[in-house]
Amino acid sequence: MSRARRDARIPAPLLVPAALGAAFLVLPLVGLLVRAPWSSVGEQLAAPGVGQALRLSLVSATLATLLSLVLGVPLAWVLARSSIRGRSVLRALVTVPLVLPPVVGGVALFLVLGRQGIVGSWLDDAFGVTIPFTTTAVVIAETFVAMPFLVVSVEGALRAADARFEDVAATLGADRWTTFRRVTLPLVAPGVAAGAVLCWARALGEFGATITFAGNFPGTTQTMPLAVYLALQREPEAAIVLSLVLLAVSLATLLLLRDRWLGRSVP
Amino acid sequence: MSTHLRRAAIGVAALVLAGCSGPAGAPGEEPAASGQATGGSEPTGTLTVFAAASLTDVFTDLGEQLEDEHPGLDVQINSAGSSALAGQLEQGAPADVFASADEAQMARLEDGGLVDDAVVFARNPLMLAVPLDNPQGIVLPEGRAGIPSLADLITADMTVAVCAPEVPCGVAAAEVLESAGLSDAPDTYEDDVRAVLTKVQLDEVDAGLVYVSDVHAAEDAILAYAFRESEQAINSYPVGVLTDAPNPAAARAFVDLVLSDAGQEALADAGFQPPV
Repeated sequence: MSRARRDARIPAPLLVPAALGAAFLVLPLVGLLVRAPWSSVGEQLAAPGVGQALRLSLVSATLATLLSLVLGVPLAWVLARSSIRGRSVLRALVTVPLVLPPVVGGVALFLVLGRQGIVGSWLDDAFGVTIPFTTTAVVIAETFVAMPFLVVSVEGALRAADARFEDVAATLGADRWTTFRRVTLPLVAPGVAAGAVLCWARALGEFGATITFAGNFPGTTQTMPLAVYLALQREPEAAIVLSLVLLAVSLATLLLLRDRWLGRSVP
Repeated sequence: MSTHLRRAAIGVAALVLAGCSGPAGAPGEEPAASGQATGGSEPTGTLTVFAAASLTDVFTDLGEQLEDEHPGLDVQINSAGSSALAGQLEQGAPADVFASADEAQMARLEDGGLVDDAVVFARNPLMLAVPLDNPQGIVLPEGRAGIPSLADLITADMTVAVCAPEVPCGVAAAEVLESAGLSDAPDTYEDDVRAVLTKVQLDEVDAGLVYVSDVHAAEDAILAYAFRESEQAINSYPVGVLTDAPNPAAARAFVDLVLSDAGQEALADAGFQPPV
């Protein structure tokens, strides 16, 4: 009751900008629905390439998220809990991809993992492996762009978590690895889940680094955002339909996961 | 789809895409407000030219030349893929002149009543560009008269970049690859010809199909081979004044310059061929 009354009293100066803000973010999505060529949606979706672009997008975003979990959670722990020198510089560096134009990220990946790159040329010489223009390159590009979202979320959760539980575990004889596994990780699980969802959604929408580093080949590297961009050049209706699919998948995932995991972190 | 609906559709899709920073020019980019030509024939104010990416360098030079001839005139060049530019114009982007890398994109605007006097001013065939170190060791077939076929130059294990079929250079690339029986050769379909060139220059692909004018612009950074099938698909470049150009006098002057001897000479220097 008191909660409801408190909600009802939104200060007037906040109301108008808040409503405008919400409208600004939601209206373009409504526009997609209104302008969609509904009569030909089925036909557009059945077009060759749509299914494989969607499948590739889902698979590569999921792989990128798994890779981010394996590498990003430990990295977040180091940033939140350890006292290594240069930690704040490290934090700044690993979050750079958040603000870096993705196309710059793609160029940077070439310089390291490309055929002539520092690591890439060695891979080519030693194993005959080249990464650009493969599905692996898509996953790498998406991970590069999306992992910072996970790291930032998990680091925030770790900082907010009560470190005394870890101290207690230590005094009870648990070693550091056990403490991390049995105490810390369950404590920050909602933060990890939230980070993983953000990371997955960002990977799903990745465009710039992918088209730069992985190229665009149907079935191998052409993800949904690339298909949308190229469809827009020739057939705007097709671009709208593809956008709708991407929007539906992203929205469904965010809603489902919100109820299931993310909701718990809200008291 | 009606023009109105199409404009709205592109606008909506562009908003959604705004979250994904793309390499091409952002749709909806507003050029500075165009000044009006002041009554007489002397062009002044701002002239906005939408030009295919492959024209960037030569049109910048021609724009400066026109500015020198007409003090008070400011020429703004907006360059991107022709298809993206045509989309922006359909969406209502204010511009005076449009120059396209193929006739299909210009026809799209003529059909919509946005341009009505387009003239072809240049042609641009494709060449096969390879990195300077020629990783696949392409050698021209000996003892064969004339120009080699693409199939002599591209082998099965080569990584090949071409333009996507959605943009003019990709339409031409698809035609020449098909003529050579190599339609399954590409490993990546790039969103414009400069992206193909970049991947060749970075040595990340073994070969790419680019315009002769791109080879000209990057001749110190790549090797290039002419091939027989290029004759099958030579893109023609039309230029036209937009029907609702804010600055028609300056637009006319720019198109006249492009078609003049001086303009044709500048285009030839940049590697373009004259219209037939």
